[in-house]
Amino acid sequence: MFKKLSGTPYMLWSIIFIIVPLFLVVFYAVSTKDGDLTFGNFKRFADPIFISVTVRSIYIALLATVVCLVLGYPLAYGITSVSPKYEKLLVILLVLPMWMNFLLRTYAWQSLLGRNGMISSLLKLVGLGRVELLFNEGTVLLGMVYNFLPFMVLPIYTVLKKIDTKIIEAAEDLGANKITVFMKIVLPLSVPGIISGITMTFMPAVSTFVIPALLGGGKYTLIGNLIEQQFLLVGNWNFGSALSVILMLIVLISAAILYRYDKQEERVNI
Amino acid sequence: MRRFFILVMTILITFTFIGCGNKKLTLNVYNWGDYIDEDIIEGFEKEYDIKVNYETYATNEDMYVKLKNGGTQYDIIFPSEYMIEKMVKDNILESIDKAKLKNYSNIGSDYLGGAYDTQNEYSIPYFWGTVGILYNKKLVSDPVDSWNILWNEKYKGQILMLDSQRDSLMVALKKLGYSMNSRDPKELEDAKQALLQQKPLVMAYVVDNGKDIMVSGEAAFMVTWSGDAVALMKENKDLEYAIPKEGSNLWFDAMAIPKGTKYPNEAHLFIDYMLRAEVAKANAEYVGYSTPNKAAFELLDAETKNSEVAYPNINELGKMEVFQDPGSFIEDYNRVWTEIKAK
Repeated sequence: MFKKLSGTPYMLWSIIFIIVPLFLVVFYAVSTKDGDLTFGNFKRFADPIFISVTVRSIYIALLATVVCLVLGYPLAYGITSVSPKYEKLLVILLVLPMWMNFLLRTYAWQSLLGRNGMISSLLKLVGLGRVELLFNEGTVLLGMVYNFLPFMVLPIYTVLKKIDTKIIEAAEDLGANKITVFMKIVLPLSVPGIISGITMTFMPAVSTFVIPALLGGGKYTLIGNLIEQQFLLVGNWNFGSALSVILMLIVLISAAILYRYDKQEERVNI
Repeated sequence: MRRFFILVMTILITFTFIGCGNKKLTLNVYNWGDYIDEDIIEGFEKEYDIKVNYETYATNEDMYVKLKNGGTQYDIIFPSEYMIEKMVKDNILESIDKAKLKNYSNIGSDYLGGAYDTQNEYSIPYFWGTVGILYNKKLVSDPVDSWNILWNEKYKGQILMLDSQRDSLMVALKKLGYSMNSRDPKELEDAKQALLQQKPLVMAYVVDNGKDIMVSGEAAFMVTWSGDAVALMKENKDLEYAIPKEGSNLWFDAMAIPKGTKYPNEAHLFIDYMLRAEVAKANAEYVGYSTPNKAAFELLDAETKNSEVAYPNINELGKMEVFQDPGSFIEDYNRVWTEIKAK
């Protein structure tokens, strides 16, 4: 009885705050302002401008995910291989920036990268001359990598941490060198961590609107900005909802692809 | 399951009653961000024993959308002229009883009876100002007297435009010699092309986040409102403000009462309080925009009174235009602006 009851508040919560709003979004997406059913909102999306914004969002989110993986994997691996005393410290250092407000951290980059900011001044001192660091694609990418890197490192770190060292020792006993151990044992076993790392980085990256607004100077529009604009500025909730549904589909499809890949990996391991 | 349900309901009902027990009248005031001296609100709360629930918005459009779709009933709002026009058409503003406003006569006659509300039946002027170019003397060698300077290749990457559709389209329409209230699709298309052509030169589209960039001298130009210009010029002495010769936007923000308020009398009290000379003066000093309140203006210090940026002679601003509600043509403005930003 108690077991049954204990789930009820959660169920109610998800129905009221997740399921119902989701249906509302879908309903808005397929209706006009007056409530008539239509596919016009989706047809409007077929405009080359909106398609190119979507492609751009997926492209930069993928790029940010790849950079996070390339930077994050060695970092996670490095953390597991130092002595336990420093290991804890390193994990805390990694998470520490997340204690600060996300907006504030992103806004801080604006003054760091500004024309008279610290980094520009340093570059000038070294004699590299004036470099435009702020308000371009690279800045947006930097903002994404900076903000989402911990989401890549933490799951990989957790998985690496759990690998049974006996397996590695066994491989070494059988004559495998460090590279072979890494390629044949560590890497395959850490795939679940990589997969959840990719999911946790890609999803916020593809939907963010704050980072392009602040670091892209409003010149670099992503699908998140389009949605924000439709809801807050234009007041066209129907088109905004259609865009949200499309964004949800993108996230769902990418999750499905990763899930399948995850399944295959498991089979190979067995 | 049933017992659990009863428990939850009991708790909810109890809380509802507790809520009623210590109820003090609450006015919901909805204003632009950083657009009031909050000490003034405190003064009002103390004097009348009314609680003020103060919330803010960033643009007229934000406010309109929230008012129409959001659940909160606001009692006082601060829309601009074209938004007032639209809201009057939509019949969502309460008419204001001027007999209840003892301090109504404090408002200068220049600021009453604008085309957006000829009898001031729905709106009481709050602040007014212009839109112009704020520029850094050290970074600009040419005279700043025309919008064309924002299209000058020489200043590539040093121009801040407003991330606000009507204001940015206003700049382009005025540069091309059109009206900022144009309803001609061809003129709007020209304005769009002009802004697209300008986009590579633009450093960023900003609203409030451009202020720091101007103060630290990292950009040469920013299209901005006169009140912000006054505040920024105090922080950086190299900054100057100019109104281009092609003309620009003259704007008025006003206090209004949305339909459906439960406390029309208290809302009138609030407006009347805001119109008091000392209150309006303190508010003008804090906010930095130009007050339409004659009695408050007289109390300001000489430097502010003589400032050409804050208090230009309203009758000498020849080619200035006031925004009008474009009606359903706003859809075209929305589309064009979305396309410019998305490109």
